[in-house]
Amino acid sequence: MGERKPGDRERAITSVAKTSITDSGEKQHTLLGADELILNMGPQHPSTHGVLRVKLKLDGERVIGSECMIGYLHRGVEKIAEHRTYQQFAPYVDRMDYVAAVSNGLGYCEAIEKLLLVEAPVRARVIRTILTELQRIASHLLWLGTHALDIGALTPLFYCFREREEILKIFEKYCGARLTTHAFRIGGLQYEAYDTLEKDVERFCKNFESRIVEYEDLLTQNRIWLGRTKGVGILTSAEAIAFGATGPVLRASGVKWDIRKAMPYAAYDQYKFEIPVGTAGDTYDRYLVRMEEMRQSRLICLQAIENIPSGPILAKVGKVLKPPPGEVYHSIEAPKGELGYYVVSDGTVQPYRVRIRPPSFVNLQSFDRMVRGHLVADVVAIIGTLDIVLGEVDR
Amino acid sequence: MQAVTQGTIEFLKLYWAPLLCGVVIVAFLPLIVGYVVLVERKLMADMQARLGPMRVGPHGLLQPIADAVKLLIKEDIIPEDADKLVFWLAPVLSVGAALLSLAGIAIGPAFQIAKDINIGILFVVGVSAMGIFGIVLGGWASNSHYSLMGALRSAAQLVSYETAAGMALVSGLLFAGTLNITSIVEAQRQQGIWFGLLAPVAFFTYLVASIAETNRAPFDLPEAESELVAGYMTEFSGFRWSLYFLAEYTNMIVVASVATTLFLGGWLRPFPRTQWLNFLDFLPPLLMVAIGLYCLVRVPKQPARVQQFFMVAVAGLCFFLALVLAVPVLVPVVNPSLAAGVKPLYEGIHGSFWFLFKVSAYLYFFMWLRFTLPRYRFDQLMRLGWHFLIPLSIINVLVIGIAMIVGTYLHLEGWWLLLATLPASIIALLIALFILAAEQKSGQQQAGGAASDSYAG
Amino acid sequence: MLDKVIFYFFAGIAVASAVLTVTRRNAVHSAIFLITALLATAGIFLQLRAEFLFIVQIILYVGGIMVLFVFVIMLVNLDVAVRQIQFARQKWVALVISLALAAQVGLMFWSSGRMPGQGLPVLAAAPADKLPPNSEEVAKSLFSSYLLPFEIASVLLLVAMVGAVVMAKKRT
Repeated sequence: MGERKPGDRERAITSVAKTSITDSGEKQHTLLGADELILNMGPQHPSTHGVLRVKLKLDGERVIGSECMIGYLHRGVEKIAEHRTYQQFAPYVDRMDYVAAVSNGLGYCEAIEKLLLVEAPVRARVIRTILTELQRIASHLLWLGTHALDIGALTPLFYCFREREEILKIFEKYCGARLTTHAFRIGGLQYEAYDTLEKDVERFCKNFESRIVEYEDLLTQNRIWLGRTKGVGILTSAEAIAFGATGPVLRASGVKWDIRKAMPYAAYDQYKFEIPVGTAGDTYDRYLVRMEEMRQSRLICLQAIENIPSGPILAKVGKVLKPPPGEVYHSIEAPKGELGYYVVSDGTVQPYRVRIRPPSFVNLQSFDRMVRGHLVADVVAIIGTLDIVLGEVDR
Repeated sequence: MQAVTQGTIEFLKLYWAPLLCGVVIVAFLPLIVGYVVLVERKLMADMQARLGPMRVGPHGLLQPIADAVKLLIKEDIIPEDADKLVFWLAPVLSVGAALLSLAGIAIGPAFQIAKDINIGILFVVGVSAMGIFGIVLGGWASNSHYSLMGALRSAAQLVSYETAAGMALVSGLLFAGTLNITSIVEAQRQQGIWFGLLAPVAFFTYLVASIAETNRAPFDLPEAESELVAGYMTEFSGFRWSLYFLAEYTNMIVVASVATTLFLGGWLRPFPRTQWLNFLDFLPPLLMVAIGLYCLVRVPKQPARVQQFFMVAVAGLCFFLALVLAVPVLVPVVNPSLAAGVKPLYEGIHGSFWFLFKVSAYLYFFMWLRFTLPRYRFDQLMRLGWHFLIPLSIINVLVIGIAMIVGTYLHLEGWWLLLATLPASIIALLIALFILAAEQKSGQQQAGGAASDSYAG
Repeated sequence: MLDKVIFYFFAGIAVASAVLTVTRRNAVHSAIFLITALLATAGIFLQLRAEFLFIVQIILYVGGIMVLFVFVIMLVNLDVAVRQIQFARQKWVALVISLALAAQVGLMFWSSGRMPGQGLPVLAAAPADKLPPNSEEVAKSLFSSYLLPFEIASVLLLVAMVGAVVMAKKRT
């Protein structure tokens, strides 16, 4: 199928084929003597979730090899950090995983607090927990909507956005921003919680229970959905660990690992919640795990708003932050997995180095393992199930 | 010379009406399709908790016109490496086949362009199937991998599902005993029952296969947006793209019309022979009155003066239609001596109403499925077609044939025929499910072995 | 008069596209012209009031076989086919065969002019409105006078189908 017309009309395609991907020099012949097909998916493609570019080697529609090409959204976030003060850099992290900005901010603030050897006040930690869990729900909702859309179900997207909108409204009321919130400050919170925060969160959580049921009605037992997700993109627990996968991708493979439990941060040690794990490690299990995580996040929010302690919201950190020289690694359980910040201080107002471990980037490494042997249609399902955000992959 | 002139005059005498109808259809169909799309978007919006198009005209009612203008004046892009001739030809083929097949469809006993062709339903099915060349050649000519894959998927899908659809039609045609569209509907009037009820399995098979043939979700793999960008249409833009779009929606109307004619009683009202249900004749005008009244009630709630005015206009239109629909049923009640005179009027007006109503219901079902279901994967689509629908439809033809013989032997007529055909349908379904289960069992044993080739079915 | 115009119209298209089918270098273009030829033949059937044959021609040849044709053409590598020299080795064989065929046809025309009733049969055209619906007529003759050939053909097709399935199974 590769070359169909005479002369140089196929220049574009063959030149792509020559660049890489074909590990063997010889041409492999497949069905009906046709050559294998190199399909260039992205960076402009409806379901590569931004600007991911995937080069697929196909036999008919079956994937026999793949290569992810990233960097189309590279902004040099880590380098920027070296030329900003600690506070100035905080808004930048919101732009990495831009659908879960609150979680990014939490990780960064806690890392710098660790470096400064201060701890945020209890009240600040509880409010941080509430907002982060809301953000987890919002992120998972966006994932669910787009994942379902990739597999061809149009409607869940709008249902998900309806609920996500409620969460974004809470954010907006709290800090004035909806997407890139910059909700937290190093040492605690900038803003006091607004008066009806508890009520808003409670109302959202009350409604949300039935809404999850609505999504599940559309998908969980749907035969086509089962057919499209079961057995697709299987990652065994050993492989998941070997690839360094974290978050729902790891848990769906049966590894019970959640930083909120393993190394509690913020106020997670005060609340009871379950860590959902899967068994098969396929797309369907990842779906179930994330659905259950939304339920658990809702429970955490409900527990947290019951008793928000009073007190200061900002620890005494001073206007100018000059952490003692040293290095620190702090990671949190972001919606997509382990989000780690490795910060090196040389004692000045600017970090010497900030290295970020983005969960999407690491989870994306297992992409090739997951797509081999599947069809083109499964590729989009697998990109969806990995729940990547290119802002975070490329930084 | 004179012979030629005379021949032309003769020709025009015979064919002026169909020619005129053809011109009217070609002129108005894009508009109708535009509004079908608007209805689809509005329905989708309603099911997805949003409003849909609202900007152009009251409630977005002028949106199709705005879209059409946009598509017409858009730059016409032909990819440099495309096969220009085929690229130019493909959308025309698609839309030509779709429009041509409309010629065989009868909206009412009097409204048919190609009148009384005795291969009626075969003509519609055969000609509309030719539209596949537009898709396949368009996909190939674009010289793009996405397009090519869309074209290949489309060809494989059509060949697989055409068989099932054809077999389902055969089951229905067994009851009719003719291919002529008017006679098929007449046969249903005589039996007093829809063939869709007599052969529910065939109707179901045709329903599924017709969705697949028109490339609608959940079988929209040839243009699967999230996988192949836009499949065979990826490289098409502007007017060419809109021709494909027109063809797709025309095909939807065609398959819905075929299903309506063969399985849902065509232009007959439900239960055409049951006397005590004659009040159903009053349903269409009453429905129109109800819609009109609803529009009037909603008038004060419209935010802008122009929208209020518009709602009143819609209500007026509904009342007018109600009047038109009411005349043929009210005249015989008032003055029984005129009953015979208004009979053709009744058949024409009410026939069109019921036909369009049934077609709309069928299309609504299409749309509903699209908003609800995820998309099949290619191998699953092929498995569904070859391992379930085709065996099911073939077995169904067989058992329906046996049931017909039994029915003739026992002198079963009309609704009593159900006694023979319902068990037959159930048997067909059970056998097909049994085959499917056996297939799955053997499939599971082979699983992990060589990957099956999806195109080979 | 009209019949004649229609006949020559379709016949012209059929012959022209048949020629183009074999002379085009691009296999997809050839396929398109083959489709045109088949459609024109269907048009001639229609002109002869054989509407059943007309639609069978369209459904089977155009809608069925040609779709598969085009499908396969798109799968194989056209590049190789285009570079090959056309009419390579069969040039002379083909010429002889087509000359023989032309001679046969000419002989038939010539003999029909000389000996009425011996060469081409001349049928009286039936008035259009008196023709029985020909799907019924085809069915009647298939299932009565030509029952045995019909059954033999069915068995042959069944054998072909089973064979194809067996071969497909073997490959995987």
